[in-house]
Amino acid sequence: MQQDYAGIGIFFLIAAVFPMIVLATAWLVRPKRPSPEKLSTYECGLETQGSTWVQFKISYFLYALIFVVFDVETVFLYPWAVRFSSLGLFAFVEMVIFIAILVIGLWYAWKEGALEWM
Amino acid sequence: MTSTIIFWLIAIIIMGSALMVVLLRNIVHSALFLVVTFVGVSGLYVMLQADFLAAVQLLVYAGAIAILLVFGVMLTVRGDIKYSNLFNRHKFTAGVVSLGLFLLIERIILSSDLLISNKPALESTVGPIADALLTDYVIPFEAAAILLLVAMVGAILLARGEGKPQ
Repeated sequence: MQQDYAGIGIFFLIAAVFPMIVLATAWLVRPKRPSPEKLSTYECGLETQGSTWVQFKISYFLYALIFVVFDVETVFLYPWAVRFSSLGLFAFVEMVIFIAILVIGLWYAWKEGALEWM
Repeated sequence: MTSTIIFWLIAIIIMGSALMVVLLRNIVHSALFLVVTFVGVSGLYVMLQADFLAAVQLLVYAGAIAILLVFGVMLTVRGDIKYSNLFNRHKFTAGVVSLGLFLLIERIILSSDLLISNKPALESTVGPIADALLTDYVIPFEAAAILLLVAMVGAILLARGEGKPQ
């Protein structure tokens, strides 16, 4: 079982090292002739005004909250999905009820306009 | 032998990133290193052969809690973000309190006799959890759904303010 995770570990390692190698190679190979034009953040479009870090509206927080609820739902879906074939119809009905209860929440969020992008 | 090396690697990653959470001055960078800490802890769970707990750690902590933290920072940030996670004048007191807590926990761990099972570790913990959850513990399982529903409705009510139409 734990040997299976070695693959994931190697994957993590490659995922961490690969971008570094790419960026280092680019840094070694590329010519370095910076100019103010090249160093500007945007090549085209409007110049940004003020700080990039601004306070966001509270309504965006609702997306995060709804995401967290459905993320926790995934925790319950995961073991069910693993044993789906052996658990049978009863478990399927249970999970339908489980998801139905959470869909009520989604419907409420929708009704309250929490999903509208403002 | 190999597992010892992997354990120390993970331990170094966890401790290093946890230190960065405290020491970095930009709170967004601290939040990102907190995600690294969570991923490292999930690696520890894998080493303890608790694969379901590792998945939950990744999903809930590295996924959801990190998102909530970043949103929280975006909603509350004031002033220059580059200096949003500074030390204040209670640095020394905090150090003493942390050291005291560490020594206390260390004493408790060393003085308690932890029960070690003789049974071999389970191949996979997800399957037995699924069997228990969907057969013997149906009512708590559905109650969890209602709990989540209540949490979601409550959060929406709190965030939007009662009786304020959009």
